Amino acid sequence: METEKRTLKKSSLEKLFNSLKGEGKKIIAPVKKGSIIDFCEVSTIQEMAEDYLLTVQSAKSAAFPKIEKLFDYVISQEGVSTKDRNLDSIPEMVLFGVRPCDAFGFDSLSAIFNWETKDTIYSKRLEKLSIISFSCNKADAYCFCTSVNGSPGSIAGSDILLTYAENDEFLAEIITEKGKIIAEKSDAFEASKDIDKSKLLADVPVLFDVKKVVKNATASFDSEIWVEQSLRCIGCGSCAFVCPTCACFDIQDESNGKQGSRLRLWDSCGFSLFTIHTSGHNPREVQSARWRQRIMHKFSYMPDRLDVIGCVGCGRCSRACPVDMNIKEHLIQIAKDKI
Amino acid sequence: MNELIAKAKYLLSSKTVDVVIGYGKGSGKYARAEFIRKLDDADKMIYNETCIQNLATYVQKHEVKHLGKIAIVANNYTLRSLLVLASEFQFTEGQVLALYITPENKIVEMPDFKSIEDHLATVDTGLKPDEKEIVDRIEKMTVAERWDFWQKEFAKCFKCFACRSSCPLCYCTKCMTESNQPQWIPVAASDLGNMEWHIMRAMHLAGRCVNCGDCARACPMDIPLNLLTYNLIEGIEKDFGAKAGMKATDISTLSTFKPDDKENFIK
Amino acid sequence: MAEFEPKIVAFVCNWCTYAGADLTGTSRIKYAANVKIIRFPCTGRIDFMLLLKAFANGADGIIVSGCHPNDCHYTYGNFHARRRWMIFRKLIDFAGIDINRISFNWVSAAEGARWAEVVNTTVETVRKLGPYENYKQVALSIYDQEDKTHE
Repeated sequence: METEKRTLKKSSLEKLFNSLKGEGKKIIAPVKKGSIIDFCEVSTIQEMAEDYLLTVQSAKSAAFPKIEKLFDYVISQEGVSTKDRNLDSIPEMVLFGVRPCDAFGFDSLSAIFNWETKDTIYSKRLEKLSIISFSCNKADAYCFCTSVNGSPGSIAGSDILLTYAENDEFLAEIITEKGKIIAEKSDAFEASKDIDKSKLLADVPVLFDVKKVVKNATASFDSEIWVEQSLRCIGCGSCAFVCPTCACFDIQDESNGKQGSRLRLWDSCGFSLFTIHTSGHNPREVQSARWRQRIMHKFSYMPDRLDVIGCVGCGRCSRACPVDMNIKEHLIQIAKDKI
Repeated sequence: MNELIAKAKYLLSSKTVDVVIGYGKGSGKYARAEFIRKLDDADKMIYNETCIQNLATYVQKHEVKHLGKIAIVANNYTLRSLLVLASEFQFTEGQVLALYITPENKIVEMPDFKSIEDHLATVDTGLKPDEKEIVDRIEKMTVAERWDFWQKEFAKCFKCFACRSSCPLCYCTKCMTESNQPQWIPVAASDLGNMEWHIMRAMHLAGRCVNCGDCARACPMDIPLNLLTYNLIEGIEKDFGAKAGMKATDISTLSTFKPDDKENFIK
Repeated sequence: MAEFEPKIVAFVCNWCTYAGADLTGTSRIKYAANVKIIRFPCTGRIDFMLLLKAFANGADGIIVSGCHPNDCHYTYGNFHARRRWMIFRKLIDFAGIDINRISFNWVSAAEGARWAEVVNTTVETVRKLGPYENYKQVALSIYDQEDKTHE
């Protein structure tokens, strides 16, 4: 479908919100929670945070939540019986007020979850998900979306993209069929005006050539650079968990006597025991090996096998990192020749 | 901090130490850890009010330990952490050289435990008044209010373990969360799993925590984890007169007992 | 409507309280049947995590009981336990867990009647407090997490 350009008055934003609410959809939006901004279910548009750059967490939990039940099981005399998730119980959800980098992240996640075999639960969640994004008119020093084929006004992954113009108006881009249906039902959009989007976006300078990062990382498995870069890394999971494209998971069974559930949980390649084998051997025994894995997975293995870069340049990992690893600085260093 | 840079260069060139752990300019609010092994890198070192991270956590990181003898820029919390680690036989005297920087920016070398102990005896590293005030406020709530407060905080947790990784005293190579025979603490970041994790971590730090606050600073979701340990520290000082990390020969509060420990709830 | 019967889990030491409870039985003293006794070699062996696990598995109240100070079969296991409880009790109270539901006691092997009294008192206290719904609900969270992802 070709993107349709319309206009949305700021005063009609609530009309759009209420139309979605009226259809019984679960609306997830950025909300101020104490000292942080994070995604939360909201019932009125007034609960939404105003004037925020980004949420601490990414929006990936709408399709890949931190705990996902895969099936229930019961152990009896006859053996083990399982009961699959009832996918119809997954509610219709709307991500309202995410950023282009969040929406873009779902492309990478889908590449992994639907690689060769379609992940039914993830895909069902994505099918029931509508994404209404707001372009970025400001950025901070941690953002680098333009260096990884993104942009503060990118339409990739969104159903509707709203870019704030002057005169209390948004340039509205209706990108997908899903977005078209939402627009029609809400009756909140007006005819398009001649608005130059490029003038309304934040200035995010390109800081490195991502093709160089891919080439240099791929050629430098044995380089000392990974040791130097990772000495201060303490091996927690903050970066992986807030990242829109990190998809590593752990499978755990939670039992209650002779019955229980199998759960899929977030996991991080940065944890020291992530790759430990039952024999006790750990192929990634040192943090430098795990840091190298993080960079190469996103910038070498994924581009090679899935034709997609595993990073959207949102900078969340760097903001959340307790020891200031700052992935942007490391990528700039890797992009230079001779590492 | 020219004196610090010169000191680091001297320590490295004279082979007194193999690596100097200090602070360098960070990309955000706080300074970051720097591991100086080459003389030129020492120019990166700074010391100011952004240098808050407790660097003692790196003394236990085996990739750093293998670099050899360590010099570490230490504030009072770091010094106390080092003594707790020493009392738990995590390193021998002489393996770590502490560089304490006074409020007047003078550098004091502390090569042995006694020098650290003597220094700590002269400073007050107890709970600050505003920390005491927050703990008091929570203690004044009813049990139901406290339950709601903490359940709301724990719900934000997604078990990234930044709190554990940033703490110098959480150094178990196999943490209790990583045991599955039996599974003590659910791996999932469910309400139950989060509550059990945080209460159990606080208990494993009882009598050992030095109140550096890195756990709360490390948490990406800003959960006030240090409040759990503040409360413990206050109770332990009152009931047992004990304070972690003041002497390298201390035995932690939970590892010992007095026949006349006074309680009022066992019938 | 049937009266609420609390589920009590008792963590007891083998040498004193367990023997004492045995004496209660052989003395034919009747006492509340709500308690499930778990035998440990010593109170010093009782990990604090086990108390949380008891609540998570549906207990409404807990009894912890062992040898009197200076009478421990292993000399000082109960001294360690005493210190542990002093600290743990403060921590869980601070975290909002109802410590009125946990009763700590020293019951010796000769105190058969006392064991019955301890159990009966605890059962009545917990009966008045009601079922520990808060904790049970949180314990079920793991099977039911879907809706809470964005709360």
